Amino acid sequence: MKKIRIREQYCMGCRLCEIYCAVQHSKSKDLVKAYRGEYPKPVPRILVEEKEYLSFAIQCRHCEDAPCISACMTGAMRRDPESGAVLCDEEKCVGCWMCIMVCPFGVIGRGREKKIISKCDLCLGEEEPACVKNCPNEALVLEEE
Amino acid sequence: MVKYLIVGNSAAAVGAVESIRQVDKDGRIVIVSNEPHPLYSRPLITYLLAGQIDESKMSYGDPMFYRRYNVEEVLGKEVVAIHPQDKNVVLSDGTTLPYQKLLLATGGRPIFPPVEGKDLAGVFTFTTLDDAKKVGEFIERNRVGSAVVVGGGLIGLKTAEALIARGIKVIIVELTDRVLSATFDRRASEIVEMALQGRGCELMTKNTVSRVIGKERVEKVVLQDGTEVNCQLVIFAIGVTPNTELAKRAGIDVRKGILVGDHMRTNLPDIYAAGDVVEAYDMVMSTNRQIAIWPNAYVQGNIAGFNMAGKAEKYDGSFAMNSVEICDVPTISIGLTDPQEKGYEVLERYDEAQKAYKKIVLKDDVIVGAIFVNKIDRAGVFTGLIKNRVNVRLFKDALLRDDFGLVWLPEKFRKHMVVGEGIEV
Amino acid sequence: MVKSSPPSGFLIDRDDERCIRCQACVRMCSNDVHAYDPEEDIIVSDSSKCVGCHFCEAICPTSALTVRHNPSQYRENFNWASEVINDIKTQAGSGGVILTGMGCDKPYPIYWDHIVLNASQVTNPSIDPLREPMELETFIGRKPDKIEIENFAEPKLATEISPQLELKTPIMFSAMSYGSISYNASLALARAASEFGTFWNTGEGGLHKDFYRYGPHTVVQVASGRFGVTREYLNVGGAIEIKIGQGAKPGIGGHLPGEKVTGPISETRMIPEGTDALSPAPHHDIYSIEDLRQLIYALKEATRYEKPVGVKIAAVHNVAPIASGIVRAGADFVAIDGIRGGTGAAPKVIRDNVGIPIEMAIAVVDSRLREEGIRNQASIIAAGGFKKSSDVIKAIALGADAVYIATAALVAMGCTICQKCYTGKCNWGIATQDPYLTKRLNPEIATRRLKNLLKAWSLEIKEMMGGMGINAIESLRGNREQLRGVGLNEVELKMLGIKPAGEAW
Repeated sequence: MKKIRIREQYCMGCRLCEIYCAVQHSKSKDLVKAYRGEYPKPVPRILVEEKEYLSFAIQCRHCEDAPCISACMTGAMRRDPESGAVLCDEEKCVGCWMCIMVCPFGVIGRGREKKIISKCDLCLGEEEPACVKNCPNEALVLEEE
Repeated sequence: MVKYLIVGNSAAAVGAVESIRQVDKDGRIVIVSNEPHPLYSRPLITYLLAGQIDESKMSYGDPMFYRRYNVEEVLGKEVVAIHPQDKNVVLSDGTTLPYQKLLLATGGRPIFPPVEGKDLAGVFTFTTLDDAKKVGEFIERNRVGSAVVVGGGLIGLKTAEALIARGIKVIIVELTDRVLSATFDRRASEIVEMALQGRGCELMTKNTVSRVIGKERVEKVVLQDGTEVNCQLVIFAIGVTPNTELAKRAGIDVRKGILVGDHMRTNLPDIYAAGDVVEAYDMVMSTNRQIAIWPNAYVQGNIAGFNMAGKAEKYDGSFAMNSVEICDVPTISIGLTDPQEKGYEVLERYDEAQKAYKKIVLKDDVIVGAIFVNKIDRAGVFTGLIKNRVNVRLFKDALLRDDFGLVWLPEKFRKHMVVGEGIEV
Repeated sequence: MVKSSPPSGFLIDRDDERCIRCQACVRMCSNDVHAYDPEEDIIVSDSSKCVGCHFCEAICPTSALTVRHNPSQYRENFNWASEVINDIKTQAGSGGVILTGMGCDKPYPIYWDHIVLNASQVTNPSIDPLREPMELETFIGRKPDKIEIENFAEPKLATEISPQLELKTPIMFSAMSYGSISYNASLALARAASEFGTFWNTGEGGLHKDFYRYGPHTVVQVASGRFGVTREYLNVGGAIEIKIGQGAKPGIGGHLPGEKVTGPISETRMIPEGTDALSPAPHHDIYSIEDLRQLIYALKEATRYEKPVGVKIAAVHNVAPIASGIVRAGADFVAIDGIRGGTGAAPKVIRDNVGIPIEMAIAVVDSRLREEGIRNQASIIAAGGFKKSSDVIKAIALGADAVYIATAALVAMGCTICQKCYTGKCNWGIATQDPYLTKRLNPEIATRRLKNLLKAWSLEIKEMMGGMGINAIESLRGNREQLRGVGLNEVELKMLGIKPAGEAW
């Protein structure tokens, strides 16, 4: 399956990936509209971690043995058979935060609008994930694994 | 001929089905459940009671789940005996089911103390979908102004929260001096208590119910210290005990729970066990004990399934962990949260204004436990550090930071975590 | 009252409607120009600190930023231009020498823009480079005086040929020291040169151990400071270049401030961390042409005569006799760096006033060497402000064998020629050692872009050659008949050795 590879040596810490991720998952999908007009403000599913000059953006790794799938008590977290991605069924999620408790990458967040989780969905349906497409320094690349 | 027979129909069963089908697409899987309902998510019963979801949303995953995996469910029948020599089980209706591999995922049953008046209408335990439906119906048919919930543990508090959401005044009666005493430390319990009290919930600690009084229905309870509390509903949530009788009778080694090895095998050939009913390795406490929580049950069932289908997989062990949100206060607790002995190092940070609490427990520079209240984001990073027994000496000072994350880990470990394929729990 | 620091010259326009407060500009500017005010929820920009590098403009996701010239101007004065006024005020404040980076930016004539090329018309038809083979192959090194063939039945070359560098295109990357530019920038140059089939130059900073694998495509420089010069260094390179001078600052040595001498730089240059890396003006063992000959042959001995050894000089008034002397001293190539050559740091007054244009230099050196009958004994490499492929082809027609580019390579990697290289705060991650900044130059992307530049220019050169009916660059070398001057006076035409436009053969 296609996965996003993180190359920390090229991350500049500009956080544009966070912006584009949030916009991709916003209502208007327009940079200016999403940030100036929408409420609540769109939330990115990718997080840039920084420590002095070391930085990298991390999002759901769509693990082969995903602990979040094991922990999900409603069966909302499941694997999409076609793409191999780990996706959350927003209708089933009740916001119990078990997945947040077990994800060793800490890449699952709490949604702002509804009491459900918020996580990278690999931008399925687009030709490539918004973060990969818009990273100015190619610190995020999509690779077949 | 049933190749894989699973007794019990919750997390462990689901985990087993997923792993069995990864290895064996055709072997016949039969699940026997003593409940009349098809596969459902047990923890959702408090959400049902609260009115947050309706019964149609109770199924685990989508309703076609077992169909897609080609699993047969036998519902509403109890397994009353196991014959390990003949490799069959006997059901409550008299039928015999032979098996090749057997998985016991019988879970636990609620402890119902033998107090006077416990059989009155309006007195319940709360662990199954039927319990939730009965309580719901009772509330609808009777005027329930106040309810007493006996037990300040996880089930008790979630039940109390659901009743509060239904507009009922709740009094929680807890034996120890604070709620969630088995899960939290003092400070975290306090924050949750304040949240409950903020919703009008009353808390009576160091107490328990001695008698339930009423004519046809509950009218009041008498506590250990003599206090009387008027109420129309009583829910006993003082604990769950593993359903090991079936196993014991069959000659399987049992202590408090069914004893299993690294591959979830019992002492009898071709018989496995997983979930709330077993005692498995706790890597933080370095001993075998029950850890009754959905993720553990699922993983144990998963491992059992692999081994049953012929693929050797080892269970690395787990530790206690809970995620529960009470009255809009999200909390996560992992591992050993309140060490009483010496030799542990504790790091904690409490933000009074936001009631945000973060606590890390270490032993010999390895994290063994953590508590998060209100600011629960990225708690899982710590779960990973505990599971992998990472020595945190070099970045101990950073652990309490709001932005603590994988970037603080040494490069070798970070390369595996960040660039690698993803890890198992 | 004296506000001695003059305005920066740049003003930042922010379209507030489009600014989404993402703060990428705040995070990225190494000069701390932008700041976020959480109370007012706006981003304020202190234009006085702006150096005009345009990084914020490039990174802004909504294109909300424009960097433009500061409209605050002095009264129009042809004699007292703003730059001159500001420089005086700066010196009055600091009492020091004004430093600058990159190449001379003053309006001396650019002769390339006064030279035009020929094309075939009725006779000697054009060649289509996309359909027919075209050779840009260039060999740098000493060519023999004559060729002898033995055994005419199965012909074999009897003459021994001196070591040559083989280039797939007549363009090489000029000297930029590791220290003045970042590790990632050096890596990109090394990789692009190796993968494309040309050469790059270490400059006076030595060669980092990680780059030894690119050795065969490296010209290792032996400069007056002898930084990093060991036997291994000499032998790992493809050619050796003795640096006497460079176009940006003829007559003075190099200076890398101590702040830029971090661990890996210190190791590569073999000097203690934090010390200023000062290259003296002269090589202290070269005070005559005989000394130079001695060094050239010492280097040849040390590398067993397996590599070309050349000399790089700045283009100065007497460049022709100097070049002649260098060739007679045994150099296999002479690299000449014109007044437009760039640098990481130089006193502005020297950068802008010392040296002569490379166009003149090539012409006179090529003519002189031919007159003396020694043109074959060394290749001429021209450097100093080559901006387009047409400059390259004109240089070759004037007499150069190949061309060195540096500024153009940096621009390909992201540079916007803000001339602040000496501060070490290059936002593009090129002229800096700051780890926060060097990450921004992804060597994979930079290598790709450098190769693209070489490919594009090579294709354009082939197009122009094809238009002239020439299919091998060798036929163009020194072929001044293909050039004509436009708007040049008689003296200039004579110095360049070309006819005025309109005059037929």
